[in-house]
Amino acid sequence: MSSATQETPGAIKAPGGFLVMPSVIVLLAWMIVPLVMTVWFSFQYYNLLAPETAGFAGLDNYEFLVTDPDFWVSLRNTLVLLSSVLVITVVLGTLLAVLFDQPFPGRNIARVLAISPFFIMPTVAALIWKNLMMHPIYGVFGAVAQAFGFEPVDWFAQFPLASVIAIVSWEWLPFALLILLTAVQSLDHEQREAARMDGAGVIAQFVFITLPHLSRAIGVVVMIETIFLLTVFAEIFVTTSGGPGNATTNLAFLIYARALLQFDIGGASAGGVVAIVLANIVAFFLVRSIARRLEV
Amino acid sequence: MATLTLRGLRKSFGTTEVIKGIDLDIAEREFVVFVGPSGCGKSTLLRMIAGLEPITAGELRIDDKRVNEVGPADRGLAMVFQSYALYPHMTVRQNMGFALRLARVPKAERDRKVNEASRILQLDPYLERRPKDLSGGQRQRVAIGRAIVRDPKVFLFDEPLSNLDAALRGQMRIELSRLHEELNATMIYVTHDQIEAMTMAEKIVVLRAGEIEQVGSPLELYHHPINLFVAGFIGSPRMNMLAVKVVATNPSGTEVELASGARLIVPSSGGARVGDAVTLGIRPEALRPDPNGVLQGEVRLVEQLGGLTLLHVAAEGIDDMTVQIEGSNGTRMHQSVRLSVDTSACHLFDSSGLALAHLTRHPLLAA
Repeated sequence: MSSATQETPGAIKAPGGFLVMPSVIVLLAWMIVPLVMTVWFSFQYYNLLAPETAGFAGLDNYEFLVTDPDFWVSLRNTLVLLSSVLVITVVLGTLLAVLFDQPFPGRNIARVLAISPFFIMPTVAALIWKNLMMHPIYGVFGAVAQAFGFEPVDWFAQFPLASVIAIVSWEWLPFALLILLTAVQSLDHEQREAARMDGAGVIAQFVFITLPHLSRAIGVVVMIETIFLLTVFAEIFVTTSGGPGNATTNLAFLIYARALLQFDIGGASAGGVVAIVLANIVAFFLVRSIARRLEV
Repeated sequence: MATLTLRGLRKSFGTTEVIKGIDLDIAEREFVVFVGPSGCGKSTLLRMIAGLEPITAGELRIDDKRVNEVGPADRGLAMVFQSYALYPHMTVRQNMGFALRLARVPKAERDRKVNEASRILQLDPYLERRPKDLSGGQRQRVAIGRAIVRDPKVFLFDEPLSNLDAALRGQMRIELSRLHEELNATMIYVTHDQIEAMTMAEKIVVLRAGEIEQVGSPLELYHHPINLFVAGFIGSPRMNMLAVKVVATNPSGTEVELASGARLIVPSSGGARVGDAVTLGIRPEALRPDPNGVLQGEVRLVEQLGGLTLLHVAAEGIDDMTVQIEGSNGTRMHQSVRLSVDTSACHLFDSSGLALAHLTRHPLLAA
């Protein structure tokens, strides 16, 4: 992890710099062209349903965006989704990692089972949860509720955002578990024994020895998950399509809705630019705080 | 300060028994060293005393109180681990004060104890550093300091010097002996290095395959090893072992015949009868080049250590008889030498490996 960052940027020698140019050019083209086009479109009147209004729009698209109540809701939803999933996966992942580090019969099978959700693609996972688990009539939860004589809950109607959070957490928990489990396993067992000799009980060992040891790994999990969770789309598209109303519309889904449901390329591009800015703000703070922690 | 009593201590992992009934008494303020080859169970025994491994059978008593069921923190012991096991995210001060912090000792008293320990170990300049910023020897001292602040009844050391280089190891040996003197504490020390055992111990416990072979002072073990294993393990360079035959027994000892036909009278007696095949053990320093010596051989290799020189001589049917002589001796490779034997320093072992008792005790041990 840390070895990749050890070469200082200015130290690239001329022949080496020359040789990496092709890949740098390709990367720049891949990144810069779409970025510039998005920024360009965001300043244009560009609606596929109204081809007669075209031309430079100034800040109209942005004004329209920030005065749209949907935008602020989607921004809030994005952050709620991000932070809830992060908290759930890191907390549960840490506890499960410590649990799966203990020897118990069938541990290897249990580990494989716990990690397997990660291999299921988001659309499929969302479909399974929507139709097999959370559906009030056919779903497992509904059946369980009925078996105990309760009214089945229509999850996506009553708790839409919480349901999406549950699905996304289920998908990302194995990732957190995997990273944190390897970190727990790398903890020197003599350290834990030394803590036992020092009088640390199970909880004190966890708080004073295991958690500090995991802090780097937790940082990595938070960083990687953040990158992906800002752009959650498939789960929302498959289950709620952003609804009911705008209850589960996040920024990614809002942009999709603007561009491909309302055919407003200009407005969608303005949303895209906001998403880029948001991602960069988050990334800036995260990378800085985590990079500091990695310098050990 | 405490006494330890081990009675019939056993430990099994599944069906394999690794500690097979250990009986041992450790007196107050004693420096005891467990020594033995890898896998002899010495570390496991230490961990059982520490409470990190449950005891399968037998009884462990500290100050005459059974502690089998007492947790590691409550036995009043402190342990120094081979890897030091310092907490990497804590400063030296926090590392040393961790046990006190868990025991909810007030900060002022905690600081006082940490400062006291750091004074003893000369760690004052490093108190605010983290373990990764320290050298190996400094980390070792922090690990010892962490034990000292707890003011334990018994210190346990699990091969604490094996990660250090040779020079530092020699220095730490002296520091540990000094520390034992200064703290007046009971110490149990595990090592596979017989030099550490010889130099630091008041009592050495030689272990093999989960059983005690011999217990005694370093010189006792050196001069009166109870069997072939102890004789071969204690002493460096190793004792030379020769297959010989008993030709006569008389009041001044046992007369044996070597492969070349040469005869020696070793002042040992025991159950050996004429005609028995026994093993003759000769320490390297009991052999000297001597024109009138009884042994004849060819020097195969010369190791000059400066003050000492080791000759590896092919003689009496073995390729590598080690002879330790002064560094001023000019014997060369491939030279033919005659060697005389100081028979009072020789040992005889019967066919089952047990030593035949010496007729006299070594002068240093006579009292």
